[in-house]
Amino acid sequence: MSDTQAIQAEAGPAPLHGLLAEYDNPTALVRAAKKVRDAGYAHWDTFTPFPIHGIERAMGIRMTRLPWLVFVAALIGLANGVLLQFLTNAWDYKWLVSGKPFWSWPANVPIAFEMTILYSAFAALGGMLIFNNLPLPAHPLDLKERFARVTDDRFFLLIEARDGKFDEVDTRRLLESTEPLLLDEVLEDRVTSDKIPRALIYTLIVAGAASLVPFAAFTAARARHSEKPRIHAIWDMDFQPKFKAQRANPLFDDNRAMRKPVAGTVATGALRDDDHMYRGRVGDAWATTYPAGVQVTEETLRVGRDKYNVFCAPCHGFAGEGDGMVHKRAETLGQGWVPPSNLHQEYLRLQPVGELFNSITNGVRNMPAYGPQIEPDDRWAIVMYVRALQRSRASGLGDLSEAERSGLK
Amino acid sequence: MAIASDINPYQGALKGDNAFAQITDNVSRIMEAPKPPRAWYIAMGFSLMLLAMFGASLGFVVWEGIGAWGHIHPVAWGFPIVNFVFWVGIGHAGTLISAILFLLRQNWRTAINRFAEAMTIFAVICAAIFPGVHIGRPWLPYWMTPIPNQMGMWPQFRSPLEWDIFAVGTYATVSILFWYMGMIPDFATFRDRSKTTVRRLVYGLLAMGWRGSSRQWHRYERAYLLLAALATPLVLSVHSVVSFDFATSQLPGWHTTIFPPYFVAGAIFGGFAMVVVLAVPSRQFFGLKRIITMRHLELMSKIILATGMLVGYAYGMEMFIAWYSGAIYEQFAFVNRAFGNYGWAYWTMIFCNVLAPQVFWSKKMRTNVWVIFFVGVLVNVGMWFERFVIICTSLARDFLPANWGYFVPSVVDYATLAGSFGLFFTLFLLFCRYIPMVAMAEMKAFIPEGHAHDH
Repeated sequence: MSDTQAIQAEAGPAPLHGLLAEYDNPTALVRAAKKVRDAGYAHWDTFTPFPIHGIERAMGIRMTRLPWLVFVAALIGLANGVLLQFLTNAWDYKWLVSGKPFWSWPANVPIAFEMTILYSAFAALGGMLIFNNLPLPAHPLDLKERFARVTDDRFFLLIEARDGKFDEVDTRRLLESTEPLLLDEVLEDRVTSDKIPRALIYTLIVAGAASLVPFAAFTAARARHSEKPRIHAIWDMDFQPKFKAQRANPLFDDNRAMRKPVAGTVATGALRDDDHMYRGRVGDAWATTYPAGVQVTEETLRVGRDKYNVFCAPCHGFAGEGDGMVHKRAETLGQGWVPPSNLHQEYLRLQPVGELFNSITNGVRNMPAYGPQIEPDDRWAIVMYVRALQRSRASGLGDLSEAERSGLK
Repeated sequence: MAIASDINPYQGALKGDNAFAQITDNVSRIMEAPKPPRAWYIAMGFSLMLLAMFGASLGFVVWEGIGAWGHIHPVAWGFPIVNFVFWVGIGHAGTLISAILFLLRQNWRTAINRFAEAMTIFAVICAAIFPGVHIGRPWLPYWMTPIPNQMGMWPQFRSPLEWDIFAVGTYATVSILFWYMGMIPDFATFRDRSKTTVRRLVYGLLAMGWRGSSRQWHRYERAYLLLAALATPLVLSVHSVVSFDFATSQLPGWHTTIFPPYFVAGAIFGGFAMVVVLAVPSRQFFGLKRIITMRHLELMSKIILATGMLVGYAYGMEMFIAWYSGAIYEQFAFVNRAFGNYGWAYWTMIFCNVLAPQVFWSKKMRTNVWVIFFVGVLVNVGMWFERFVIICTSLARDFLPANWGYFVPSVVDYATLAGSFGLFFTLFLLFCRYIPMVAMAEMKAFIPEGHAHDH
């Protein structure tokens, strides 16, 4: 400090910044402040190590507008919190959560609340700093060595020379009447200019330039071509030490990574060595009876009807007359079409059930194979239902019981 | 503890001819002494060892994957989430002391608020690490923030886990702002007392050119009041939101409406216990007995007793509601909690949280630093077990017995838990040495000499 004062002295007399009075207790300072206030000064201030309650009134300081700033920030934070959630979850990328409406506000309250608090807190601290003109790196008072005690145990009062009522003699007399410990002149600061120190500037330039290097490297890498694969910074599980099915593996004679099953391997349940059940044959002939595993019951017939209506009816029609929707449409288009068989034809009525089963399983003429799509017992159920359909169109009086026949007469 | 006094630079008489200067000296000499007491070095060495363990175990988890922890099906939220809730809970006392006691004009808080706030921030730092690693791919937590991305996706804002991000993030930010703002005048004191250029520069930057103008003090106090008023609902919201992670789920043992107030009470309870655990040695080793007096410790003991009873009430009420609900899964969850295979954890929790603080009914006990310290440690253990009990016992045995399991932590689990204390204590010890540990300006305003007697 004293060094800078010496430099200042060499630079010639600096203009007066103000008059500084020092006190050692808050009571004396508040008394002095009242006097200065009553004398009508505008550009003056007191400096204390801690907030003194009641000094605002003694100095005539008006209530700060900071709460209004914080209030506005709170509203902005609230709006931002609500909009953020609405625009992202209910508008741009609609999240369907448990069938709830896209915008169900109670679930959005916590984040809107947190955002309100966050914005207001920044406004409270930021507003305090801005209204207080902080940060303030240099001040003429810093040249006074004694002023360092303002953050310790001393109380100061400064009247600035720029005040309209300032008069070196009168102001000094006013301050003397407040019985300060010390009364001193404060000169303008000519040494600690508001220029940023050169060392700091150089450091900032170097740091700024250095911080661009990574970005420059990224940009260069994007623009340049390279033979090498990209740098894979985070591997996750992208590269795993394993062989994939269709790749080569030199460990085996045939160089395949995939191992073929041993010849004759059959998957569990895939043996299907029952000719009657799976192929509809008994010995060398078509089966004329249902296999042992298929129960001739109303329940099976019902399954057969459901499967028939799904797989067969589109072509053969619901009643089996060969007039399904596909057939009708093909007739309308008239582009050449082999019509599906009418299932009530005599030769089909007389076919053994095994042959019908085979037709469904492997297809016949233009009809494709349905074996891969329908389970064997369901195919048998369809056969049973087809038989029932055929019977419905080919029954005679002989099929009725005695009582029914007499009922008809 | 008496051995420390002859080698401790902080035990001599205070410099200064008035009360203000003595407060300044009492706090500033911690930073100004060429060497801190030997206890500081011992504590720092121990903390750094734990911190190294923390780094190693987290590095191992990141490298190897979270299978390194003891998680099993169905206990997918093992130690990391227990530790997260534990540390976030610790982080509540700081802001409570700063904000709520400030609004209630409890002036005694001035002696302890600064380091309680510091404790808050360090605890929140410890807390934030755990979910960050627990997500399994610690390089992707930014997916939880609303950043426009090439997938065109946004976070799911109706998820309590997403609320957590905002609640804990806001809490950490506001706590830091509140803490920093309170320190501006004290940094100015440090700046004005610093002898070396580096210190002048660093403390000068932190003080932002504060010179104690009354016009500035006026706005400063208004801003501090506003921040306190904002932080009060915030502190209540944060642990409520943390409790929503559990309460909004369907799991018996988690799905309860009592959780938000119960978690907040538990957080205050655990946080105060941590404050006394830190305050008792700090006031001894840093010579702050004139500032953090027995009265402060006694008042905090009373708060621990009161909040401990609140927590005990919550334990009882949970049991009652489980029975009263008539839901068999709910009833089983709570019977299993107390008498199932995690019963030992439950009774540890009851002993530490409900029974141990009862000694504070006796004035003799709440004025004995050893008892206060010991109960504080027990309560911290108990509060850790509370989270363990809630998380692990509920998950381990849910609806289907076929789905049951038993969680056994791995070595890495223990290392990360112990290591997080290393991070916490390292930060705290650095704070003690380099940052004003007591709010000097506020202290000065509250002593009788600080009042002007003219109005």
